[in-house]
Amino acid sequence: MARRKAFRWHIAVFLAPAVLVYTAIMIVPLIGTLNLSLFGLVEGSRVFVGLRNFAILFGDPRWSAAFWNALGNNAWFFLVHMLVQNPVGILLAALLSSPRLRMAAFYRTAIFVPTILSFVIVGFVWKLILSPIWGIAPNMLDAVGLRGLFAPWLGREEYALTTLALISVWQFVGIPMMLIYAALLSIPDEVIEAAEMDGVTGWSQFWKIKLPLILPSIGIISVLTFVGNFNAFDLVYVSQGALAGPNYATDILGTFLYRTFFGFQLQLGDPHMGATIATAMFGIILVGVCIYLFAIQTRLRRYQF
Amino acid sequence: MSARHSTARSIAAHAILILYTVIALFPVFVIVVNSLKSRRAIFAEPLALPTRETFDLVGYRTVLAQGDFLQYFQNSMIVTCASLFFVLLFGAMAAFALSEYRFRGNALMGLYLALGIMIPIRLGTVAILQMMVASGLVNTLTALILVYTAQGLPLAVFILSEFMRGVSDDLKNAGRIDGLSEYTIFFRLVLPLVRPAMATVAVFTMIPIWNDLWFPLILAPSEATKTITLGSQVFIGQFVTNWNAVLAALGLAIVPVLILYLIFSRQLIRGITAGAVK
Repeated sequence: MARRKAFRWHIAVFLAPAVLVYTAIMIVPLIGTLNLSLFGLVEGSRVFVGLRNFAILFGDPRWSAAFWNALGNNAWFFLVHMLVQNPVGILLAALLSSPRLRMAAFYRTAIFVPTILSFVIVGFVWKLILSPIWGIAPNMLDAVGLRGLFAPWLGREEYALTTLALISVWQFVGIPMMLIYAALLSIPDEVIEAAEMDGVTGWSQFWKIKLPLILPSIGIISVLTFVGNFNAFDLVYVSQGALAGPNYATDILGTFLYRTFFGFQLQLGDPHMGATIATAMFGIILVGVCIYLFAIQTRLRRYQF
Repeated sequence: MSARHSTARSIAAHAILILYTVIALFPVFVIVVNSLKSRRAIFAEPLALPTRETFDLVGYRTVLAQGDFLQYFQNSMIVTCASLFFVLLFGAMAAFALSEYRFRGNALMGLYLALGIMIPIRLGTVAILQMMVASGLVNTLTALILVYTAQGLPLAVFILSEFMRGVSDDLKNAGRIDGLSEYTIFFRLVLPLVRPAMATVAVFTMIPIWNDLWFPLILAPSEATKTITLGSQVFIGQFVTNWNAVLAALGLAIVPVLILYLIFSRQLIRGITAGAVK
């Protein structure tokens, strides 16, 4: 930064705290983790083993079965969010943004409430509600004559993951709703008025005018959902424990990483395999984000008003 | 659009929104209502409001006697407020440097700091724990504050620098002509103008910190440093069959956040919408 002018110390002063904390606590450990995945314990001492940990993760049938199971579950978890959370969020935002809607502030506040609650609360609350012992869910189904539909959803292998994904959707639907709502509000009135002049109103106005304008926001929400989902841990841990039962049916990458790194029951924790899994997750998230940045974002048309 | 058609549409809109509001609030309602009832009433009529006969605070008494919830709450407050303070201060300073001055490496620095928005800090946990063990910071609130500050900075810098580009140059130059230092310009002129953006950042930073379970579980699980999230998780795990205590613990965890949210909800929602409307 040597310049003709004197060195501008204030720039360094402004930047230093953020860059230092960020580098020391985030970047260095991240690189450390990537690096750690290349080491292993041989006869009690740490040695460089190259890509052997990855060979174990993908080659050893026990490890690779657990990994693909977690990845598959994670993909389904993400898919449920994309198919339920984001459309519902967009629908709610579209309704909220309609002009002259009374009590809009009340709805907005109420629908956002689950988002501020912690996973611990959310996990246990739903566990209690869905519990066959307490009987809130079965009795409510009974009241509408659908008692037969009830099953211990969190306890069945075939339903548990979807149930958890829907609980997570319930919790986070407020975020896409708010972001889309903000995007819809920022569409200038002239555009809407012009559409109305041309007789484009109601749903067709939403599909033909508003939706194309909010596509960039939907893109951002999708990538945020992706990063959040592939990094999720808390909800599964709270409601199903580190073993992600029943029979690993709800195991996602976050819980798999936690179990591997810290150990569980009789298995000892293994920092090197933990780092290997973290590196694999890093790769997955990086690929996803790059797909978004290069394949999707560049094709989105942006409109400037 | 005829008036009748419009009424029908608005009724449909309200119906959907009310339905979803009920879905959103129902679980919270069930927990809070039942935490105030006796054990028998919880099972007999889970959806009924507490009456004079069924009203019972036994759950809350158990929780307050067994768990150190006041301590947990205090820990959470300290961690959240301190991290928020550092994120906002450091983030705003860095954002100001990036948006105000032209220097070599500016764009690169912006990109470097933005990297953390996409890459979650959790992936570095293995090395963070080793680092905290080495520096003796395990089981301290400092460890959590450091981690959360680093976690919150990327988004803060990104949002705030977008906003700071919008602050009028004339104002800053007028300040310079009056002989104000760059620091005074930042603290006295620019910071007050980006207050809405700071609110946005505060919201997005605060919620995940308050609700995080991963780092408290790994970095600070000791009794003295448990946050409320971890504390209630452990407590509930131990008292799983004591329904009164579990419901009361959940109630205790929900109600303060809910009250804070209702107080700040207007500010919060304005912050979010202001953040997205650039």
